[in-house]
Amino acid sequence: MSERISLLAAERAEEWLLKPGVYFMQGNIAAAEAALIAGCRFFAGYPITPSNEIAEHMARRLPQVGGYFIQFEDEIASINAIIGAAYGGVKSMTATSGPGFSLMQEAIGLAAMIEAPIVIIDVQRAGPSTGIPTLVGQGDIMQAKWGSHGDYEIVAYLPNSVQEMFDLTIEAFNTAWEYRVPVVVLSDQTVGHMIEKLRVPPLEEIRIVERRKPEVPPEEYLPFDSRYLVPPMAVAGEGYRFHVTALTHDDRGYPSTRHEVSEKLVTRLVRKIRENEKVIGRYESIMVDDADLVVVAYGITSRSALKAVREARREGLKVGLFRPITAWPFPYWGLREAVDRGASILVVEINMGQMVHVVREYYANITEIHSMPWAPGEVPRPHVILRKIKEVYPR
Amino acid sequence: MPGKVSLDVLVPIRGRRPLNLSKYARPVGRPVVNKDICKGCGFCIEFCPVGVLEFSQDVNSWGYQYPVIKKGMEGACVNCGMCERVCPELAIEVLEEPPVPYEVRWA
Amino acid sequence: MSGLRLGLRTEPIKSLLRLERFPHIWCPGCGIGTVVKCYIEAVLDSGIPIEKHVVVSGIGCTSRAPGYIKLDGFHVIHGRAIPFAVGLKTVRQDLEVTVIAGDGDILAIGGNHFLHAARRNDDINVIIVNNFIYGMTGGQYGPTTTPGSITTTSPYGFIEGAFNIPYLAAVLGANFVARWTPLHTKELTAAIMEMFKVDGFAVIEVVSPCLIYGEMNNLPPLEIMKAFRDRTVIDHEADLSKIDIDLRDPRKPIVLGNFVRRSRPSYQTLARELIKKARGGG
Repeated sequence: MSERISLLAAERAEEWLLKPGVYFMQGNIAAAEAALIAGCRFFAGYPITPSNEIAEHMARRLPQVGGYFIQFEDEIASINAIIGAAYGGVKSMTATSGPGFSLMQEAIGLAAMIEAPIVIIDVQRAGPSTGIPTLVGQGDIMQAKWGSHGDYEIVAYLPNSVQEMFDLTIEAFNTAWEYRVPVVVLSDQTVGHMIEKLRVPPLEEIRIVERRKPEVPPEEYLPFDSRYLVPPMAVAGEGYRFHVTALTHDDRGYPSTRHEVSEKLVTRLVRKIRENEKVIGRYESIMVDDADLVVVAYGITSRSALKAVREARREGLKVGLFRPITAWPFPYWGLREAVDRGASILVVEINMGQMVHVVREYYANITEIHSMPWAPGEVPRPHVILRKIKEVYPR
Repeated sequence: MPGKVSLDVLVPIRGRRPLNLSKYARPVGRPVVNKDICKGCGFCIEFCPVGVLEFSQDVNSWGYQYPVIKKGMEGACVNCGMCERVCPELAIEVLEEPPVPYEVRWA
Repeated sequence: MSGLRLGLRTEPIKSLLRLERFPHIWCPGCGIGTVVKCYIEAVLDSGIPIEKHVVVSGIGCTSRAPGYIKLDGFHVIHGRAIPFAVGLKTVRQDLEVTVIAGDGDILAIGGNHFLHAARRNDDINVIIVNNFIYGMTGGQYGPTTTPGSITTTSPYGFIEGAFNIPYLAAVLGANFVARWTPLHTKELTAAIMEMFKVDGFAVIEVVSPCLIYGEMNNLPPLEIMKAFRDRTVIDHEADLSKIDIDLRDPRKPIVLGNFVRRSRPSYQTLARELIKKARGGG
């Protein structure tokens, strides 16, 4: 029997990681480097514009840190492979764009159901369908949350800069492995391709989360122990000999058709994120405290919207910017104070209106909510957003 | 083509019986059926090389007939384990019994 | 060797079964239970520590197997057992990863993954239980259904062609290809043990009776098993292009054997070498 090589050639991996310092780097590359720093040692993907730089960079860098890169035959193979790798105990990632993200939805449901920690970078592009592969879009907001069938929760981040491509990718891994949930980094073509200043802190300053390992011997281990909101995770080949199935299952992992089993499982799967929404959810508020109109914008749109908001202020309008940094859980509580004060809302996005529905869900019965959809393929310029601000500004 | 093992091989006919046959013994087994796991597929019955088994007259709790040892064939089982191997349910297992010398036909 | 002992042969097998879930869901006359036992027997005799064996399956009757086996098991989504297994194996090359799934799961929805895993020569084992039908969903046709068969979605007779699995696997470059039946338990166990030793893509087709297929095509499982006794030919050198199966034709032999044994380096072996290369080790 030939000797089997065990885990990855992890020795000396740190030597090969990006050193702390200031860089001038592309968003996609920053995300790839961040993944390596977070401990990602497996990337499976399929080429799709505008995410290709991530795969190409991983192809070059992963073997250097002792990891593995596979360009699979399609996105479906890619997403299933990273789920397999996760159950081997290895942090894994894929990168794609809208059409590939659609192909991955069934497996995202699998990852949610079997609580496999994975990270998916979706560099959104103009859609629908093939759309404009090389230009920006923000049309996957709803798909990220509702793309697969059934009830489950995922976490999705909305980077708006190269620095955030770096920071939020690391956070994505932390969230995935802490909550055993698929996490999407909802980037877009502009943020992915822009080149900006990136500050990489010393490794000791970066928080990295590892999986919670079982604390009991194998005979007592329950892979989906519902006494925990997030069960400790055993991985293959360590003697736990557990069973994982995508069928509705009980704490032992065995399939069941009983309603009480379904209720227990599905409830826990959504509760583990919903009950932690205020810990996981993130946002940024700029000049919202006295605003009469709050502009809600995310990703690249938020950069343009911020300029419009500042210009509006110069013209005497009390406008603020609310920037969700997580699309899901949607940080609705960050708008509460402004809305209670009577501010109305304008949601600007590069789609036909997706996040606006979420905002309406929380606040439509309290205040006026305006939508500024923008057809994909272009970032709405600040003066266009400013025009809309003036149009809807409360008299 | 492999097929049923002829009884003649187990109990050689008189004219060709080796003179020291009594020094040798053949393995003996006793099939034990967990009848409430059996689904009545009939594989063990068909593939027993000696033909020791047949379907029961009654049915188990599922409604399936299950294998029983044929009348008069108790002791004919040679503990080959084919029934165990071919059973998809692990419903039949063979108890090892003391080997019998060849002089004896059936126990 | 004297004394009364029960279960000498079966106790070890039971030790790797989740007996609390027995009796299993497979029909009377289904061969999958026997395949599971042969797999377990091979695992026990493999010389590889038990905890390093992992089973991965998709959806279908055969794919229910991991649920009854007391090993790390992953019952994932339809057709995707192979990429899951490849991801797992690539990052954990200490594991012995075996996919156990059916003809439809691996060759219809999973066909593309089968194609490419064979091309890459991924170091995984794939046991395809071929019962010529989609049993779990009630008896629809699949990519190995014999032309002319009656199924729920071919009520007038199946008009498509069928894959010849060993031929396909061999052409795609698999390092090991075999075909056996649930009657040939010793050969099957031995072939599975061989599979574990192969570094590269290893495929065993197990031709199995199915009550559902049998009911619609007048092929009761016991009759199929008899055909496995009376109409099979073991020919390890067979011309694979000619060994398609038609269970309904009493004149057509069912050709079994260990057909292919190659030693192309596996993807995972080459990927390990890439690490050295990437670090400037050449």
